[in-house]
Parts: sequence; structure tokens; C-alpha cells
Amino acid sequence: MKKLRQSLETTPNVDMKQVNNLQPLQKLIFLSLVFFSIFCTPLQAQEADPTKGKSLFNANCAACHQLDKKMTGPALRYVETRLSEDEGLDRDWLNAWIRNSAAVIKSGDAYANKIYKEYNGAAMTAFPQLSDQDISNILAYTAQDKAAPAVATVTTQAPTSTEGGLSKDIILGALAILFALLALGLFLVNKTLRRFAEANEVEIQEAVKRPSLWKAFLKNQFLLLATAIFFLLSSAYFVYGYFMQVGVDQGYEPIQPIHYSHKIHAGDNGIDCKYCHSSARVSKHSGIPSLNVCMNCHKSIYEVAPSTATEEYSKEFYDGEIQKLYDAVGWDDAEQKYTGKTKPVKWVRIHNLPDFAYFNHSQHVSVAGLECQTCHGPVEEMEIMYQYSPLTMGWCINCHRETNVKVKDNGYYEKIHEALSKKYGVEQLTAAQMGGLECGKCHY
Amino acid sequence: MYEPVGYEAYGEYEVFPNSQEALLPVEGTIARGYSLYDYDNTNEGYEAALKSLKSPLEVSEIDPKRGKELYDIYCGICHGNKGAGQGTLVKREKILGVPSYADRAITTGSIYHVIYYGKNSMGSYANLLNEEERWQVTAYVEALRSELIK
Repeated sequence: MKKLRQSLETTPNVDMKQVNNLQPLQKLIFLSLVFFSIFCTPLQAQEADPTKGKSLFNANCAACHQLDKKMTGPALRYVETRLSEDEGLDRDWLNAWIRNSAAVIKSGDAYANKIYKEYNGAAMTAFPQLSDQDISNILAYTAQDKAAPAVATVTTQAPTSTEGGLSKDIILGALAILFALLALGLFLVNKTLRRFAEANEVEIQEAVKRPSLWKAFLKNQFLLLATAIFFLLSSAYFVYGYFMQVGVDQGYEPIQPIHYSHKIHAGDNGIDCKYCHSSARVSKHSGIPSLNVCMNCHKSIYEVAPSTATEEYSKEFYDGEIQKLYDAVGWDDAEQKYTGKTKPVKWVRIHNLPDFAYFNHSQHVSVAGLECQTCHGPVEEMEIMYQYSPLTMGWCINCHRETNVKVKDNGYYEKIHEALSKKYGVEQLTAAQMGGLECGKCHY
Repeated sequence: MYEPVGYEAYGEYEVFPNSQEALLPVEGTIARGYSLYDYDNTNEGYEAALKSLKSPLEVSEIDPKRGKELYDIYCGICHGNKGAGQGTLVKREKILGVPSYADRAITTGSIYHVIYYGKNSMGSYANLLNEEERWQVTAYVEALRSELIK
């Protein structure tokens, strides 16, 4: 077909002068060629492959466009029909726009300028590398009807087998009856024997009266002393236990205003801890990310994938949580712009040291190069964040005693390591040997 | 002793507007160690940065190791650790349409400008990376791009 078109194009050029002198037969051939090529063009469009279009769309367009939702640029489903019906713009206009939108805007095209203004002057990247066929494929993909939402397969769950429970109940019931029968038997035997004894005039010896147990206990000095010591020790144990848990909140798992799953973000999607908690690298605090950090991704991710939902938390639940974020940060997802009405999120602080203990994140994260998980546990598996470590002084000190300081490629420790390794006569120094046990390091 | 006398970071104290201790810097002020950024967050600003903005870092100050570290944390998750637009989030189809650096006519200035303000779907990274770190990442992105174009 391409050849036909080429010949069509070349014919008039080469034979320009002869065109007027064409014989009727040649004219007929020429006309049929024209007719054929016109007939062929829509055929070409039909050949467009929406599957290829989808991958092209995802690679080139999806950063700013979605099919059914306004993003940085407009929603693109049925874009070609919409443009031709509403605006009278054809494929050539679209081709020109896609390959170099800035030029179309500059040319003073009315619709181009209108759409440019409507989207706050977000300039569309030029895609000169897309061929006619590529654009056809992409447009074929955008012309597809929306797939009906997959009907939730209702699996009628068989009632959970209660067989195990039933048999247990039966056994317990049988045992209870058995014991009742035994007790009844013993009672009857006792009664019968007494009757026999009475009949045979045998005297049943009554128990000899002894001094009461309480009085005997008071008379026994040793037992008294032992008991007193026992009581004192056990109460000391409980008092000690009470004092030791003051301010220790290991396992604290508060309900947060937005259900943020570390498992989805840090685990499944492998986002680095420091992406959100960036100040852990450079400051005392491992900061709570401001909401613009959430919006770095959630500007594009407005719903979770169906595969993200679990039995415990449905897709609707997670989507609702994303909506909470939008409400808090004041993002109008339909209009794709900030409304300016913000509602700061009151996150509940989980890890909290008393004021008399100093702790610095950057010292541990950047200088020592510790993994966050060393203290915070397997955060990437936590659906709900909780305090993994006790954060007690004993816990700090243990780690300082056991951990060798990483001195390789660490200019921070060069001098002190040289001096101290000579003093202690060891190559590897623990944090404790570097002064990590000095009171003033953390309490001042 | 347990509760600090001073205001704690992220604390809630009545003295602040909305009781919120976390505040934006006062308008017209600048943090120590930072300098003013003269380019506007507009298409014109982008074009101007693309053409004329240059890195203040000397060649000897560029630290590719740190640049890579920061790039992998903040950029690689979408742009891919090689800059080809194939980060984990793209591969998992969470975020689509991230271009390869090779397919865009970007310069030192435009890279820095986009890190500073964000562009289209990309947000600003000005509060995650400080000024020097942003230039380190810019240098690393340029290195990745020249590697991709090869």
C-alpha cells in the first residue's frame, strides 16, 4: 500500500507536464489509484493495534494522562472522536500536537491555546519520535471502551466444618457425666457402709481434735520468719517490676489518624526509609514527612491496585485512606489542583525518649551507618507501626558494648580510632570503648 | 525531667498558629547555608534555567558516591537506578510514563530546576535534599544520562 501511495505522490511530480496530456486510459488508472489510496487510509487506521498502543501510552503518555481521569493533562478516552466531533479537529491536528505542541500553540491555533490555558500552561513534551503508526496505535488504545469492572466473584463459602468442635463437646459432656456417676457411686457406697457399721454396732472413730493450723503456725518461729522474708522479697520484686516499666512503651501501637501501612510502602514497594524520613540522615530527628512528600507519589496514585487489598483491609478501605490524605493536604483530585484548605494530620508519636536522654538520629544513621531496622525492627512488615525495642538505657548500653564501630571509609573516626586502638591494643573498637558509655554522652 | 521545658519538634503548643509547632520559614528569610534561587516556577523559569543555570560545585567537589546514594533513595524508586525510567514503582505499574533521561533534552540547569520545583507529576524535592545535595544529585543524573546516551 505504501508503494501505491509513493507512486501516487511521485507520478504528479515527475510527470507534471504530461498530466494534462493524459490519455483516457491513463486517466482512469490515475483515478483508480486515487480512489484506492483514499479507500486504503481508513484501512490503515483499522490495523492499529490497541495492545501496542497501551504499552506506548504507558511509556510516553501515562505520566500526565489517564484514560478516564484528569491528571496533569486531560483524560484521553475517545480523544480522537471528541476532538473531531466537538472541535472539528482531525488526525493531522493531533499528529502535529503530539509531535510538537509548543509549535501548535505558537501558531495561534485557538483550541491549542485554550487547552494550554485550561491546564495552567503545563507544556506537553514533544514526541517527534512517534511514527504515524505509533500514534494510530495509541489512539486505538484510547478509543477502546471502558472494561466493565470485574464482577466480584462471590464465592459461597462452605460453612466452616464444626466437626472438630462438636466431637470435643461430646467428649467433654461424656466425661462430665462419667464424673457425676462416679461421685454418685462413692456417695452411695459411703452411705451403705455407714449403715452397715451402724447395723453391726461398729463405732466410727472421730478425728482427734488438734490445735488449729493458724495457732500452730504462730507458734512456729522459723516458719514465721521464712514467710516474712518470702513476702518481703516478692513485694520487692513487684515494686522493682513496676518501677522498671515506667516510661517503657515497648509494643506501643496507637491508632493513627490515617492508616498508613509501612508494609505496603517500605516492604512491597521497596521505598527507602530515608525517602520519607529524610531528616534522619542529617538531624537529631527522624522527621515525620510533611504531606507534600506523600503527594510526590499520591498525586499519581489515587487508588490502590486490587492486588494490594488483603482480607483484613479492603481496597475501598485503602482508597478511603488516600482520600483522607487528599482532604488533609487540600488536593482536589477531580480538578487536579490544590484548594488551599488544609487540615494538618495529628500523627500519634510512638517512639519517645524522656527529656533527660539525648539521642541523635544522624549520628547513628549517617556516621555509624546503622540500618533503621536495628532499632525499629522489621518495619517493612508492619501493617501498623509499633515500638519494637524497649528504648531503655540497658538496651542502649548493650548495643554500645557489643557493636564494633565501622571505621572503614569513615573519616569521622580516623584520629580517635588510631589513638584508642593503640591504648587498648585492639584493632576493632566497640562503641563503648570509644566513649559510648560515658554518662555525659547522653545525659547532660 | 521526662517532659521537656522547651518546645519539642512537632509539638502542639497554644502559642503557635493552629497550635502547630511545625511551621514554614518566615517569608523573606533564608536558612543558614542556603542561597536564593532566582528562577520562577513557570515555563519561562524552566527555559531560563535550562539555558543559563550552572552548578556552583567545582569538579573536585562532586562526589559520585554520595550522589548515587541520594539518587537511589529519592529518584531511583521511579526513574530507575540507571535513569532509564524503570524504577521499582514503574515496574510494579504504580506510576507510569516515567521517561528515560536519554529521551529528554535536559541540562544541568533544568535538572536542578525540576528537583527544586518538580514538574507535572513529579513533586518538589527541595525539602528532602539540601542545596548541596541537590547539586550532587544533579551531577549524578547528568552522569547517568551520558551513560545512557552512549
